[in-house]
Amino acid sequence: MTDAWFAGVDPDDPAAGATGVREGSADAPADWPAEAVQSGFVADESEYYERLREATIEAASDEVAEREGADDVQLTHAVRAMDDAERTANELAERVVEWAGTLYEDVPRGLDGVRDIADRDPTTPAEERVVSYATRAVDLLDERDELRAFIEERAPSAAPNLAEMAGPVLAARLISLAGGLDKLAKVPSGTVQVLGAEDALFAHLSGRASSPKHGVIFTHEYVNGTRPEDRGSAARAFAGKLSIAARIDHYSGDYRPEVHAELTDRIETIRARAEEGDE
Amino acid sequence: MSNDLPAGVERRTYDGRERLATQGEPVYGEPTDSDGWRAWDAGRSKLGAMLELDMDTGLDGGETVLYLGAASGTTVSHVADFAGPTYAVEFAPRPVRDLVGVAEDRDNLFPLLKDARDPSSYAHVVEADVDCLVMDVATRGQATVAIRNKQFLADDGRLLMAVKARSEDVTAEPDDVFDDVVSDLEAEYEILETAQLDRFHADHLGIVAQPK
Repeated sequence: MTDAWFAGVDPDDPAAGATGVREGSADAPADWPAEAVQSGFVADESEYYERLREATIEAASDEVAEREGADDVQLTHAVRAMDDAERTANELAERVVEWAGTLYEDVPRGLDGVRDIADRDPTTPAEERVVSYATRAVDLLDERDELRAFIEERAPSAAPNLAEMAGPVLAARLISLAGGLDKLAKVPSGTVQVLGAEDALFAHLSGRASSPKHGVIFTHEYVNGTRPEDRGSAARAFAGKLSIAARIDHYSGDYRPEVHAELTDRIETIRARAEEGDE
Repeated sequence: MSNDLPAGVERRTYDGRERLATQGEPVYGEPTDSDGWRAWDAGRSKLGAMLELDMDTGLDGGETVLYLGAASGTTVSHVADFAGPTYAVEFAPRPVRDLVGVAEDRDNLFPLLKDARDPSSYAHVVEADVDCLVMDVATRGQATVAIRNKQFLADDGRLLMAVKARSEDVTAEPDDVFDDVVSDLEAEYEILETAQLDRFHADHLGIVAQPK
C-alpha cells in the first residue's frame, strides 16, 4: 500500500483528498504523479496536478480556519479549567487531610498527604469513603497536569512570540484575561501590564490606592526576579514587548527573534541599576 | 555576460527603474504594466535579490520547485509564474491564509501548512526529484532543515537558500553564523556560490548548492 495522499481517495471527492493531504505522512517522497496515473487515480499528469491543487488549497484553508479561529479559544478554556482544577483539588485536599487525620496516625500534610491517602487500602467504611474522596482529588491534580501539558503544547503554535516571551502558561493567561488573542493585540501595553490586577486598578481609579505596577505578569521571573524598586520599570518594559509579541502573533504569525533579544537587553539594563547607583 | 535569467523572468522598466518582473496576477501591490508583467521586488524577496545580484541559480524556467518558508507567498508567487509545479510549505497559519489566495490565482502552486523541520509530514504530497529546493525559513538550524529536505531534491538539482543570521543567533556576528551554516551544509551539499544579500536584505547570505 502506498503512502501517497491520494491512496484510497475517490478522485471525485475533493474533501477526501484534502484529508489525505492534512493527515497523511510518508518516510520518503516518491514519483507521486506517475503513481497516481498508474493506480488509475487520474488519467494523466495534468489531471493529477489539478486534483493536487484542489486538495492542497482545501486542506490549507480548512486548517488555517480551524487553527486560527480556535486556538486562542481553546487556550482560554484550558487555562481557566487548569485553574479550576487546581483550586478545587486544593479544597478537596484540605478536607481529605483533615478527615484522614481522624482515622490514621501518620498523614503527611498538603497534596502529598492526599496522594498518600489515595494509595491506602481501606479497612473500614469510613476509611473507604476518605480514600475514595482522596482519589477524586488526585484525579483532579492529574487533570491539572494534563491541562498544563496541553497548554504548553498548544500555546507555541497559537502565539509563537507571546509563548516564547512569557512562557506558554502566562501567554495563555494573558489571552484568557484579555478575552482572546485579537483583543490582547488591540489593547495598549499599559493594559497588558495590569491584566489580572483589576481589583487594585479600580481601587486606584476610585482614589483609594496607588496604581498597580503589575498584574498577572508578576508571575514571570523578569518581574518578580527584579528588585522591588525597579519592578515597575521591568513590568512596563516586559508589558511593552508582550504587547508587540501579541500583535506580531495576531497580525503576522511568524517568529521574530529580534523582539526577544531586545527585551533581554532591556531587562539587563534595568537590573544593572541595582549594581550601579546603590552602595 | 552575466548569468541568464530563467525564462519567464525579465528585466522591465517601472517608474524609470529597471527591475525584475514575471507574468501573473499581482499579489502584494507591486507595479504592473499593460502586458501583464509585474515587478518582482528584490527588497521583499531573497530569491529576487539572488537573481538581481547575478547569482548562478541554475534556474531556466519550468522547474519543479519545493519552496520552504513560503510565508504569505510574495516570492513564491513569482516562482510559480516562471516555474512548473511549485510546492509551497509554510508553518504559520496566518500567512498561509494569504498564501491560499495566491494559490487560487495560479494553476501550479500547491500550498502546504506543514513544518519544514518535519519532511515526513509532507513527503506523501511533494514528489521526489524536484529540480529546485528554495529555502527561506526563519528558524534556528537552517542547515539542518536543508539537510533533512535533501531527500526531495534530484541529484543534479539545486538548493537556493537564504540564511538569516539573526534567526540562528541574534547576538553572534553574522559572518560567524554564515561560516557555521555553510560548514554544516557541506556535510551533504556541495556549495557552488555564496553572496551577501546586504544590498537588499541586511544580515542575509544567499547560497547556491548541489546535493553531494
